[in-house]
Amino acid sequence: MATRAEGDVVTARGVRRVFGDTVVLDSVDLTIARGEIVALLGGSGSGKSTLLRVLASLDPDATGDWRAAGRLAVVFQEHRLLPWKRVADNVALGVTGPDVRRRTAAALAEVGLAGRERAWPAELSGGQAQRVAVARALVREPELLLLDEPFGALDALTRLKMQALFGRLRAEHGFAALLVTHDVDEALLLADRTLVLEGGRIVDDAPVPLAHPRAPDDAGFGPLRRRLLDRLGVPVTT
Amino acid sequence: MTALAAPPTTPATAARPRRTRRRPPRWRRLVTPIGILVVWQVASRTGVLPEEKLSPPGEVLRTGWRLAKDGTLATHLLDSLYRAAVGLLIGAALALVLGAVAGLLRLGDDLVDPPVQMARMLPHLALMPLLIIWVGIGEELKITLVALGVFFPMYFNTYAGIRDIDERLVEAARTCGLGTLARLRHVILPGALPSLFLGLRLAIGAAWLSLVVGETVATQSGIGFLMMEAREFNQTDVVLVGLFVYALLGLLSDLVLRFAERSALTWRRGLKAT
Repeated sequence: MATRAEGDVVTARGVRRVFGDTVVLDSVDLTIARGEIVALLGGSGSGKSTLLRVLASLDPDATGDWRAAGRLAVVFQEHRLLPWKRVADNVALGVTGPDVRRRTAAALAEVGLAGRERAWPAELSGGQAQRVAVARALVREPELLLLDEPFGALDALTRLKMQALFGRLRAEHGFAALLVTHDVDEALLLADRTLVLEGGRIVDDAPVPLAHPRAPDDAGFGPLRRRLLDRLGVPVTT
Repeated sequence: MTALAAPPTTPATAARPRRTRRRPPRWRRLVTPIGILVVWQVASRTGVLPEEKLSPPGEVLRTGWRLAKDGTLATHLLDSLYRAAVGLLIGAALALVLGAVAGLLRLGDDLVDPPVQMARMLPHLALMPLLIIWVGIGEELKITLVALGVFFPMYFNTYAGIRDIDERLVEAARTCGLGTLARLRHVILPGALPSLFLGLRLAIGAAWLSLVVGETVATQSGIGFLMMEAREFNQTDVVLVGLFVYALLGLLSDLVLRFAERSALTWRRGLKAT
């Protein structure tokens, strides 16, 4: 499903973002092919989220040229559900067209929350709320998913489950994604390509030539992991 | 005190602190109010409290019943309610519009908020002399006073309610494709609603207060007029009836509003349930 059709869903050239005197993004070039999962890594404050926000049209002060696919959806680190809307209304927020209710129910079922339409966000656990946020993205049938450390705020076990869920959804829907993460294992488990952002530029761009499904104890995982950590400035000595 | 004094000597008294901490019966809260009523009645009967200073509670009750039966109370009450309602409507509408403009737009904030912040410092009842010169002593005066009293709490809570909305939720709504109007409807309005309710409750309190003062000036009707007229004839029972009506009105409006709040903010109950 990785190559559903020709064309790129993201093309960005010379993206630049300055906060006061600090250059956060300094001429970033980025291309994401249709159906491709790209992990964006970098130390904290390296501008990963800033780049994602630029692509999501949430940053009016960035300069450069970029174009993102027509249908895109964003999942943030926090679930960002509206506390005053029930789960179904949160998922269906801004969705138009026929069958909204059926599509909402289908999206909820896909993330394992069938039948929770009437629940309030406050009644959900952190993992459930984040799954609703994923359903809210899915129901839009996105060509491009922008994920800003989507599993970063979850506990370790929930995070593993969510990563598996993401893998299944990706195989099913074939969306492209930009996955901002600080977790090297997560990047190698889910992505087709990893990018490292440093000093406002992309300093590393490497494919992940591993077959799905992947596990951290696969052969070939270790060397990739060591290499990435090394590029991130965390050399593994053992 | 006895419960505290009992030393927890035996280790097998796990149920004991729970028993001693059991909630006292609700009727205990009625003891003091009823006690005050009894003392008041007795003091009136024995002449300790002279009738021309304070009528006994039984007399107040009888007067209240008489005024209610002959329709006097209803006429005055309706006039007062009308003033309160019109003033509330004008003041709240103005506060909502200006509060929204200041809360939503940076330009609006710069233009609207400073004068309002300055005007807030004047007690609006002190504007009475000026208001009498401007709008006279008729109905307009009462309604203007109420509207002024309502405006400030409503404005500040509208403003704060909008400002306190989590910017991240607005952002998420934008990524869901919601335009400005849809964001207002689905994010800003429900997000500010708890504040709006708080503002309304304070505003209604201010409305009654303004009315009490306004109705003491050149009026021919209203609960305040009833009281001022009774004062001239030393009818303390009627004055007290008026006071109780004001208190009852405040209590009732608060109850209605709290009920409306609870049904409008169901999602908050869900928050408390977990």
